[in-house]
Amino acid sequence: MHDMSAHAAQLHAPPTSFIRKHVFSLDHKVIGKQYYALALVAALSGMFLSWLMRIHLGWTNAAIPGLQFLSKTGAPGGVMTPEFYLQLMTMHGTIMVFFVLTTAPFAAFGNFFLPIQVGAEDMPFPRFNMMSFWVTFSAFIVLMLSFVLADGPTLGGWTQYAPLNSVGAVAGPGQGLGVVLWMTSIALFCIGQLLGSLNFITTTLDLRVKGMSLMRLPLSAWAWFITSCMGLTAFAVLMPACILCILDHVAGTSFFVASNLVINGQIQPHAGGSTLLWQHLFWFFGHPEVYIAIVPGIGIVSHVLMANMRKPMLSQRVLIYCMGALAVLSYMVYGHHMFVSGMNPISSLAFSFPTLVITIPATITVLIWVFSLYGSKLRINSASLFALGFISMFVSGGVSGFFLAQPSIDIMLHATYFVVGHFHMVMGVAAMFGIFSGTYFWFPKMTGRMMNETLGRIHFWLSFVGAYCIFMPFHYLGMAGNIRRYSSFPDDFLQPLIPVHRFITVAALATGAAQLVFLYNLIHSRFWGKPAPDNPWEATSLEWSTATPPPFDNFGGKHPVVYHDPYQYGVTSSVGDYVMQTSPEQVKTDHDES
Amino acid sequence: MAKFFAVTIIIIAILSAIPILRHTWAAPEDISTHGYLIDDQMSETMAEAGIAFLAAQFILAIFIWMFSNRAPDAKLKNFPGGAKVLVIAAFLVVGVEVLALGVFGVKAWADVYLTPPSAGAMPIQVQAQQFAFYFRYPGPDGKFGRLDPAQINDTTENFFGIDANDPDGKDDIVTAEMAIPVNKEIHLLMHAKDLGHSFFVRELRVQQDFVPGLDVSLHFTATKVGKYEIVCTQLCGLGHYNMKAYLYVYSQEDFDNWLKKEQALQ
Repeated sequence: MHDMSAHAAQLHAPPTSFIRKHVFSLDHKVIGKQYYALALVAALSGMFLSWLMRIHLGWTNAAIPGLQFLSKTGAPGGVMTPEFYLQLMTMHGTIMVFFVLTTAPFAAFGNFFLPIQVGAEDMPFPRFNMMSFWVTFSAFIVLMLSFVLADGPTLGGWTQYAPLNSVGAVAGPGQGLGVVLWMTSIALFCIGQLLGSLNFITTTLDLRVKGMSLMRLPLSAWAWFITSCMGLTAFAVLMPACILCILDHVAGTSFFVASNLVINGQIQPHAGGSTLLWQHLFWFFGHPEVYIAIVPGIGIVSHVLMANMRKPMLSQRVLIYCMGALAVLSYMVYGHHMFVSGMNPISSLAFSFPTLVITIPATITVLIWVFSLYGSKLRINSASLFALGFISMFVSGGVSGFFLAQPSIDIMLHATYFVVGHFHMVMGVAAMFGIFSGTYFWFPKMTGRMMNETLGRIHFWLSFVGAYCIFMPFHYLGMAGNIRRYSSFPDDFLQPLIPVHRFITVAALATGAAQLVFLYNLIHSRFWGKPAPDNPWEATSLEWSTATPPPFDNFGGKHPVVYHDPYQYGVTSSVGDYVMQTSPEQVKTDHDES
Repeated sequence: MAKFFAVTIIIIAILSAIPILRHTWAAPEDISTHGYLIDDQMSETMAEAGIAFLAAQFILAIFIWMFSNRAPDAKLKNFPGGAKVLVIAAFLVVGVEVLALGVFGVKAWADVYLTPPSAGAMPIQVQAQQFAFYFRYPGPDGKFGRLDPAQINDTTENFFGIDANDPDGKDDIVTAEMAIPVNKEIHLLMHAKDLGHSFFVRELRVQQDFVPGLDVSLHFTATKVGKYEIVCTQLCGLGHYNMKAYLYVYSQEDFDNWLKKEQALQ
């Protein structure tokens, strides 16, 4: 631990021009907001695509007015073609996983609050930080550019399995330049996240102020730190994999294509590659990515819950160990995505065991949350509702992991809607609830204004009930054998399931519309919301001990000193039932310690 | 608001469990010799996961009901035993559960994947391609002819690329549907012509990917006569949703007749 805050401040002076202040800013808070704005645009785009997909799945031959303007060949007369469905599905998954679930909870909130929570004035490498955002932004633009290609974006799904991803346009629409753009976008995204991770790790290790030991870091800071460690290794594997795939397209290499493949009557000019190699490289990134999306949520909801329970968790230390265990185990379980892939079946058993074991830290985390509620003085507001909703969703999505961890059961559930329900519930909805919880909680600090609480609660109720109506039936569909990535359901056994799809479509449209309430609340409150006090939630960590919104150097030229653990709630102090981390006041705990 | 939320969680948890308890949407009847192991494993996991799901949601709801919006002078309490009890409970309960599922699951998996097919198993080759399956039977000589990708020709219906110069291939029978005799072990030899595909028959409790460049094999025995759907579960292009074939499980006599008829059509 070093007191390097003063040094960090010298890295860049307060900007004066509009461009340096709001566009190419070196300020971590502006960069955090930029990431949030990017995630918001991406989330709305991804949600819009999911609406189109859902309408098509419910009513396959229905014309969607105006869809032909998005793609003349993909939707002649507004009726979606099978290939256009797959292209929208691929873009939906890619946008959501990379540009929303990774960007918002980690890069957006982490950028804004990690330096403040450790007491620093900025990150140690502000130019890398700025570059991180703009490279990520460029990645998003490159991805979206594939919509203007003559044959549209790639249709290979967000996992882009080989050799569909490597053989070029002969495999179908979007599989030529569409794939190259996809791979370029994701490689750029990886660079952005590597730069970000580097900053997060060094900020946590080197820029903590006096008194801020590692165990005094808030759980949100711990979550971002652990996530950045995962990001550093996971994205470092995905990026070269993407580059190898681009080489298969443009340089005549055969990393992911085997010999003697015959497509459209032509023997392909490739030899000696391995299709399973892509899966190994992708999932070595892909499974940690699940935790990259969810671990920040674990930290954020823990942080939000304690401020609203008015008492600390039963053990902050155990929660940190659990997040660490999830991170380490996430690299050992990736093969459970490949049980029926054709890899050695003994490997499946080897990957199954750690996958089952990973439920232990996940279970402990849930138990700590739930049993910490016991004896609390729980405040109900939009932030705490979404945090509690996160727990409910995390449990619902988590238990289905038990099934998919077992190779024998995976024979029946692999590639079905059960998998789609599982990951949407735990990695999609739970992670989104973490983002919403963080937004309602931190919005006052980020903008200086309060969000509308009534609209927040309406948003919560519609989202909570709606998400269950969408994603619980996905599990039932999967148990009945409904295969994912089908643009319609011509098989005899799938026909009776179409009414379930229609129910899900209606629920998805309604739940999606509820997000517009959030969007309105966000924009309206940003400009016309009630002015926020410095510490509206009577919270304890460092972000609440500075002005709202924080000044350019975060603490107005002062260097905070930390005297307490981050969650001193349920105490008797001069300000109430809490004491700020920066307060030297000695306090008495009001509840029995364990 | 808090109490309403707690009740909502409980209602959602119960409503979520009802279709599972009533088997409203479930896998079809098993028609394989190994499938009962998978079904048993599924049922045990469902029981354990179901109890965990309901217990966690109920306790969450109860605590939200009990401890929200309390009076300002209400006394804070900690759960008796604290985190230590919870950690030990998680290790014991989940640990035992994990071990049990892991150990019993090995048997189901091993029966399909770690046991070789018996010597008398009937070999059938299946080729997956955009967006169809083709099946090849070795014919009266019991031998498959050699394959040459350069000789693949859809116009002449040489879908496999059977080498015209190999006498073993002369009597090979190629079909677009799969037929097998009931209660006879099948040794399925799988290869992909172009891209990644998969072979999934729900009733047989088998799903296996085709890996371009690799020969993959699978063995199973069907126990009930009938017509079943074979579908592709690995995204393979724009027609993926429509890639399917039918599996006919016949009595031995009907199968022999079917094979003769197909041979005559070659």
